[in-house]
Amino acid sequence: MDFQVVVNNFVFLIAQGFLGIGGFTGGTLRLAIPAIVFGFILGTLVGLARLSPSRWLNWPAKIYVEFFRGVPLVMVIFWFWFMIPALAGKSLPEYIVALTAFVIFEAAYLAEIVRAGIQSVPRGQVEAATATGLSKSLLMRHVILPQALRNMIPALVTQFIVLLKDTSLASIIGYVDLTKAAQIVNNREIRPFELYLFIALIYWLCSYAMSRYARRLENRLIAR
Amino acid sequence: MNYRFDWSVLWSGQSGGWLLQGLLTTLEIAALGWLIAVALGVLSGALRTVPLALLRWLATGYVEFFRNVPLLVWMFFWYFGVPPLLPQAVRDWLFDHGAEFWAAVFALGVYHGARFSEVIRAGIQSIPKTQLEAALSTGLTIAQAYRLIILPIALRLIIPPATNETLNLIKNSSVALTIGVAELTFQTRQIETYTAKAFEALAAGTVIYLMLCLTIATLMARIERRVAIPGMIAQGQSGVA
Repeated sequence: MDFQVVVNNFVFLIAQGFLGIGGFTGGTLRLAIPAIVFGFILGTLVGLARLSPSRWLNWPAKIYVEFFRGVPLVMVIFWFWFMIPALAGKSLPEYIVALTAFVIFEAAYLAEIVRAGIQSVPRGQVEAATATGLSKSLLMRHVILPQALRNMIPALVTQFIVLLKDTSLASIIGYVDLTKAAQIVNNREIRPFELYLFIALIYWLCSYAMSRYARRLENRLIAR
Repeated sequence: MNYRFDWSVLWSGQSGGWLLQGLLTTLEIAALGWLIAVALGVLSGALRTVPLALLRWLATGYVEFFRNVPLLVWMFFWYFGVPPLLPQAVRDWLFDHGAEFWAAVFALGVYHGARFSEVIRAGIQSIPKTQLEAALSTGLTIAQAYRLIILPIALRLIIPPATNETLNLIKNSSVALTIGVAELTFQTRQIETYTAKAFEALAAGTVIYLMLCLTIATLMARIERRVAIPGMIAQGQSGVA
């Protein structure tokens, strides 16, 4: 065992692999952060559609959610890997492919979080707001969403942890994230134990810190 | 877009056989991984609720360490990282006996064991404390109280979340393709490579996964109704895929 290999390649692993600063378009965070933001926007739309009384909205939304939750992420990544070039007529960078796949895949999970958040707002709130004469969209904007969002935050943080770990799968189409960066270094140095243990620790640090944070938020919500 | 669909690639040539083999391998690694995961999950989940601090810490350490690292990294770690540290004879034996298969099973089992542990802990903690106290007051030891009272109730309570976790495990078994296990996703890619028909191959794999998940969800919902203790546990519905 010789952890010198980690010290020698520390900058590459962290800057290039984890943050995405360097020669390749890569980075775990550079994929995970836009994916959660856009995934949440799409997920909110899908979640609202699922709660809509119109069958034309809630059926497609239900099928969307059930479909993506029933298929492995690896499969979804391959779908986009082949579909995007076929649709666009030319091949696009791995970053675009991976980001699209993650946004669309995560939106299915985030939609369920949004739906649960909205359903957690007590019925009386809706009735009281309606009684004061608020229109449907004002009711959604000023009464339901602010409360729902607050209730969703712990679940959103947890989902971000899942997403952060899932981005390691972008390495299978060649996207240079932390996992791929470790593979690249390993191909040169042949130190798999040290390298994979090191990136495991990096993932662990982020996930664990965030899960503690999520738990604190949850306790604060319960105490409220 | 000028793609010519040719669905016949799925039943001409070897494709059908490959898909079937892939499905069987997926079921094998998932089933073996599931056994490890449930054993580890029940053990560590139960230990996290016992009134002995050392055991609780050990179990918590296991759960927090394994579930916070991506499964893919664990697969690489167990498959590439650990064997070079083993004695030559053990390593040779492993690579003669499908090391990638066992690395995948082990990685899946240990990773999902940590996740099952959370499900089981939540199940146990949702049982009122008075149940345990009542059991102990009848003269049962802690181990007996867990085996005879707490776990039988908790195992019924957790059927819906455990079903979800099982489906996650099956879907996650696709990660094994990264270390060269010829499971369903791997075989789907192989058909694509041989026939250059990506859509047809991916569609076939996707449909198989969806049907597999749907079958298990339906089956578990039925089991849940069958084993429910009347009047004790609300007859809920299981989470569908």
